[in-house]
Amino acid sequence: MVEPLLRVEGVSRRFGGLLAVNAVSLSAPAASITALIGPNGAGKTTLFSVISGFLKPSAGHVRYDGMDVTGEPPHRLARRGIARTFQIVQPFAGLTVRHNIAVGAHLRHRARDVALQMAEQVGREVGLGELLDRPAHTLTVAGRKRLELARALATEPKVLLLDEVLAGLNPSEIRAIVPAIRALATRGIAIVMIEHMMQAAMSLADRVFVLAEGRIIAEGSPAEVVADPEVVEAYLGHGAAARMRAAYGH
Amino acid sequence: MKAFVPIAVVVAMLATVPAFLHSNVVLNFLVVTLMIALAGQGWNILGGYGGQYSFGHAAFFGTGAYVTAILQMRYGVNAWLGFAAGIAAGAVIGAIVGGLAFRAGLRSSYFALVTLAFAEVLRILASVAPITGAGVGILLKLDLGTRSFQFQSRAIFYLVILALVAVALVIARLLERSRFGAWLIAVRENEDAAMALGVDAFAVKLGAMIISAAITAAAGCFYVQYFLFIDAGIGYGSWISIEALLTPIIGGTGTVFGALLGALVVKSLGEGAKLITGDIPGLDLMIYGAVLILVIRFAPRGLVGAVTDAYDYLRPAAQKRAVEAAHG
Ligand SMILES: Nc1ncnc2c1ncn2[C@@H]1O[C@H](COP(=O)(O)OP(=O)(O)OP(=O)(O)O)[C@@H](O)[C@H]1O
Ligand SMILES: [Mg+2]
Repeated sequence: MVEPLLRVEGVSRRFGGLLAVNAVSLSAPAASITALIGPNGAGKTTLFSVISGFLKPSAGHVRYDGMDVTGEPPHRLARRGIARTFQIVQPFAGLTVRHNIAVGAHLRHRARDVALQMAEQVGREVGLGELLDRPAHTLTVAGRKRLELARALATEPKVLLLDEVLAGLNPSEIRAIVPAIRALATRGIAIVMIEHMMQAAMSLADRVFVLAEGRIIAEGSPAEVVADPEVVEAYLGHGAAARMRAAYGH
Repeated sequence: MKAFVPIAVVVAMLATVPAFLHSNVVLNFLVVTLMIALAGQGWNILGGYGGQYSFGHAAFFGTGAYVTAILQMRYGVNAWLGFAAGIAAGAVIGAIVGGLAFRAGLRSSYFALVTLAFAEVLRILASVAPITGAGVGILLKLDLGTRSFQFQSRAIFYLVILALVAVALVIARLLERSRFGAWLIAVRENEDAAMALGVDAFAVKLGAMIISAAITAAAGCFYVQYFLFIDAGIGYGSWISIEALLTPIIGGTGTVFGALLGALVVKSLGEGAKLITGDIPGLDLMIYGAVLILVIRFAPRGLVGAVTDAYDYLRPAAQKRAVEAAHG
């Protein structure tokens, strides 16, 4: 078997008395979409922050491309090829969309004109072509989510951590962005996406990990995961799976 | 090259001033104003483009001034070498202050307070240490000549400080067009987002601090050559920290011409008020305060911002008139 591009091994992260992430292991191979789902407060964003270097793990390791990269600072991980978006969008508010994306493009291109050109190209790719010269703070929620995606893409990542990029988008916006994400995986990027939009996540993902109260409670194909009673209970409360079985006679 | 045309035009216009203005009083005023603009442009690199507001740029101004003076008076070093060493010493102090403050993760008001503290410590040290002449300060020997960087003519000093300001303007423009500048502005706008995009925020801030300190130190070096005197209150006093930060804030932070415009406006108002009311102590500070309040209220992006807004506002109207005239 080929070593997955990203491998998380027994990562825990504690905030005082709260074990937000508890011995989580998961892996994400290149050219595939891995979904990370789970109820609010499950520890999904915290896990992303550990992988991308914004938080140090209390225990465990993050391996990237066969190397142990645990605890490296975010900028170095970005250079290695791990990019993330923020669930709470973090635009460079005073800059135009083009200049926002160009910051990402500069990671691998020193020349200003090359970075700006690439920013334009990536901006068009994610559907921001019309808005390139607008200041980022004038964008709608959907626009800001796209900007997060565009900036991360401009760094030419090998691993892309998407934290709820579909949240806050309306169905037609989701229909527009889903093929773009699919295309990225086809291009060879290992995509890990946190999603609350179950339908979108399930239709996109090759593999799904379910996080609840800091622990991975299920993993498998989308079909396997939705059939898992433990997953249903994590979302709908204790005993829900049994009640559903009784109600629907499965 | 097009990007440097405005700088060339402004500098060329300013360079013609001594040709028709011979009053020593006016030239002296312009020399001091440009010196403040230079110190302010130094602050602007770190504060304006990088969003790190220093309250202690006196640390660099004073270091530039003292090193230039000490090397000449105590070690017989050539004035030009002393000048260059002063700039380098300012950069070193910038690296030390920045290294400590940014490594400790200090942001916003904490960073401001630490820079202020550094400048104060240096002021106290300079006012007691024998090498800085303690409370007496250092008087440079009068020795007119190009070799000793001392000129009889104010006009020459004016052209020297103008050349230094021109270099600082070009540095700001180069910054705006470089990857380093894009990273610095990204750190100002959102440090976490910048780091996620591969920006080494610490290195970028430290680099900006070093450039910033070197430019403000150059203003201090110039001060000593021009006035032939330095003491702790002048070199490391809060007056220069305040002027260095107020001129770009009033003129427009993170813009090429902000510090220059701010210095010209603020200093002109100060001189104008002095002519009317006489030399009241603290008058300059009152004027800074008043101008600052007006700018914050009516032109939050500074005078440069107000000018560009007015231009953007007027331009469509002018275009419309042109179109109407063409179709009329
Ligand atoms: N910096 C922090 N300090 C203390 N507690 C934190 C911190 N960040 C997160 N937590 C806590 O850790 C737990 C996991 O939070 P996290 O944001 O990772 O959840 P999530 O799965 O992303 O949830 P959501 O779906 O709401 O985004 C929560 O209980 C949260 O309150
Ligand atoms: Mg989250």
